[in-house]
Amino acid sequence: MADISANFLGIKSPNPFWLASAPPTDKKYNVLRAFEAGWGGVVWKTLGSQVKNVSSRYSAVNYNGSRVMGFNNIELISDRPLHINLKEIAECVKLFPDRAMIASLMADNTKESWHELIAQVEDTGAHGFELNFGCPHGMTERGMGAAVGQDPEIARMVVEWVMEKATIPVITKLTPNVHSVVPTGRAVVEADTDALSLINTIQSVTGVDLDTLVPNPYVAGKSVFGGYCGPAVKPIALKMLTTIAQDPVTNKVPISGIGGVSTWRDAVEFMLLGASNVQVCTAAMKHGFRIVEDMCEGLNNWMDEKGFATINDFIGKSVETITHWEDLDINYHHIAKINQDKCIHCGLCYIACEDTSHQSINLTYGKPYNMYLVKEEECVGCNLCQLVCPVDNCITMEVHRKGDEYLNWKEFQRLGMPLNDH
Amino acid sequence: MAILNNRLTPEEYAENFSDIHPPFDKKEAALVEANRCLFCYDAPCMKSCPTSIDVPKFIKQITTENIKGSAHTIFQSNIFGGGCSRVCPVEKLCEGSCVYNLMHEDPIPIAKLQRYATDKAIKEKWQLFERKPSTGKKVAIVGAGPAGLSCAHVLSREGIDVTVFEKESKGGGLMTYGIAAYKVTPEFCQDEVDFITSLGGIAIEYNKELGKDLSLAELRVQYDAVFLGIGVGLARQLQIPGEELEGVVDAIEFIYNLRSKTFNQIAVGDKVAVIGLGMTAIDAATQAKRLGASEVTIVYRRTQDEMPCTQVELDLAKLDGCNIKWLAAPKEVIGANGKVSALVCREMELGVPDASGRRSPVDTGKSFSLAVDMIIKAAGQMPFKELVDGSDLQNSNGKIVVKNNDTNIDGVFAGGDCVNGGKEVVDAVQAGKDGAAAILSYLKLNKVDAKTVNGVEHTIVAS
Repeated sequence: MADISANFLGIKSPNPFWLASAPPTDKKYNVLRAFEAGWGGVVWKTLGSQVKNVSSRYSAVNYNGSRVMGFNNIELISDRPLHINLKEIAECVKLFPDRAMIASLMADNTKESWHELIAQVEDTGAHGFELNFGCPHGMTERGMGAAVGQDPEIARMVVEWVMEKATIPVITKLTPNVHSVVPTGRAVVEADTDALSLINTIQSVTGVDLDTLVPNPYVAGKSVFGGYCGPAVKPIALKMLTTIAQDPVTNKVPISGIGGVSTWRDAVEFMLLGASNVQVCTAAMKHGFRIVEDMCEGLNNWMDEKGFATINDFIGKSVETITHWEDLDINYHHIAKINQDKCIHCGLCYIACEDTSHQSINLTYGKPYNMYLVKEEECVGCNLCQLVCPVDNCITMEVHRKGDEYLNWKEFQRLGMPLNDH
Repeated sequence: MAILNNRLTPEEYAENFSDIHPPFDKKEAALVEANRCLFCYDAPCMKSCPTSIDVPKFIKQITTENIKGSAHTIFQSNIFGGGCSRVCPVEKLCEGSCVYNLMHEDPIPIAKLQRYATDKAIKEKWQLFERKPSTGKKVAIVGAGPAGLSCAHVLSREGIDVTVFEKESKGGGLMTYGIAAYKVTPEFCQDEVDFITSLGGIAIEYNKELGKDLSLAELRVQYDAVFLGIGVGLARQLQIPGEELEGVVDAIEFIYNLRSKTFNQIAVGDKVAVIGLGMTAIDAATQAKRLGASEVTIVYRRTQDEMPCTQVELDLAKLDGCNIKWLAAPKEVIGANGKVSALVCREMELGVPDASGRRSPVDTGKSFSLAVDMIIKAAGQMPFKELVDGSDLQNSNGKIVVKNNDTNIDGVFAGGDCVNGGKEVVDAVQAGKDGAAAILSYLKLNKVDAKTVNGVEHTIVAS
């Protein structure tokens, strides 16, 4: 049996699955249920100055009959009184001492406010802080949340204030509402944050109600931009995570991965691209806390199959495989092949190639079933046919190298080799 | 043992004749199935539909909740799309060729989805088509069944004033009078006819029978063209001794009565033999059972490999508790006091293939006898030979001979069961469309054919 326990900045948890700062971690009742279900840790919903929420607060994107492919919210930080949150955090830490308890913080933009908040929260026995530099709505108008995360110098300044005072580890959570997360990441690492986490939600409009003509979520005939999350944001989160994992400044600190993690498979992908643990919210909001059972078992089984004894054995392992386009091997070439025994004659490969790609599939008319064959000399190996084919392993890509040697674009140009020969 | 009506309670009748293919009860259920559709290119389901409904398109339209568009897609190809979603043997047509079958998964429930879209259209009385301005041309159609009304709809859309002559008091033809009651209700059939004629330009004159109340010669004089969609309505005789005994009925008449009266008015025997194994035989057998017969035996000359009905239909009969006697040919009906008491059959074996391409039944010389009090003949249908002979229509044993829906008489067209001898409703609908195209061409109204290529209608203009 693999060891799936995690150690993030000395904060130990029985598994690398934490609940992200959000409604599920807003009070003792939910957090105790999460710990009972097996979650390794929680990031308590952001503490800060008094706020008030509206209704509704969420809206979803459904796709092809699947509900909540994406999800946005216009909730603010915790709207419960601070002293109650602090009391409940302390109680949860006592009841489940083996779980990670991180407090998310967002103070007013003064050193004193941050110092006072940190002092109050450290008394609860929480194991670490996460600085909310990402909340994309409501708090930004007050110069907080994403307004901090979008300006590396302000972010640097706030982290410096925090590091003067904090005696427990500090994680800085980054906003994705920037062209690159690296500048703010670098600034806060240079200001000595102990770790980074990303991504917070992405500003969005999930859709417009075609009856009322008002976008969602609906608040008395109006709407606002919300923060997008869920499975749909995972590819964006993975890209941003990778840039942090690759950067020589930001990769000096551990990273907590966030953004559409729904299963153990997603978690492994985040960890392979540099996250030391992951935080989950949308999937738990959609299905409840019991999803962590499969996350733990799935991770364990995968690690056993791959021969990884601890999670440290694979964290970051895939980072180096993401390179620059000009370093890719131009001599690598493959061609689609359709397995006629498996083909169900749906024609999806044909029409995708015919309408939108390279007209490399030949159709032989039949009634009712047509036959489809790849024109090998025309196939550029783009993969589209394989992606749209509904049958597993029906279309495979066969390697037909253009040359034995590795050849990249820079070398190709240097040698003055002819364009368009393949 | 006797032939009696009123065998069951009203509740039992209601349950026995309730909808055999209930519709989706929730939008979500329809969406889940619609979203399974792969949206095949040059889809096999579409190619397997005699009316070439663009199935992937109408299903995609359900997924986007464009139900009006979906209904339009269906009705554009098949104005009986609502009825066909209930009565089509989809297992051998669209659903039978769904690519999911090749993945050994359940096919898309195309009929059920089609019903989902068309039910809404018919219920809400959506006007999905608009007539072109009148051309001043008049066409007479004989028969308000699937062929006749489908022809009428196409012609009216093109600005032709159509008069349909129907010998019955209701429209719908086979749909209304010849199909098991658990598939379509009389109310639905009425709604469907109303939906079709709501386009305008189509007048139906009921209780007007060709050869009796009107003649082809008169119609030719009064109209610019005539379309015959008179169906095939006579049961084939068995030509065996005892056929005239009380208790021997034909399936067409049996089902006609069942569809045109209330269930408790229909007399059925206690022990019933049904002869034949086509769709009509199944409909007769299952409904005899559902009317309260205690024992129903289907007698068929060949084996399961040669049966004309589909496996789904056979299973339906079996689930209703009908017995099947394979390789049995009726030889004589035995009577007592003028009433049926037994059916004597010969045991058969399979010989060489006959004209139908199926292995032929050969008499073994051995006999057996079934004690029955009612015999329903469903051994095929005979065209109206006398009628077509009387009108000088060229025919082959009563089946009207056509070339591109054109008969030997100038301006007279025909299609559907009266031409092919009896096929599915959906075939008749297509025959009506083809007939309309031929008439438009004859009337030099330019549109000779509308072929659908990749879901886009391309009009071929006549020179």
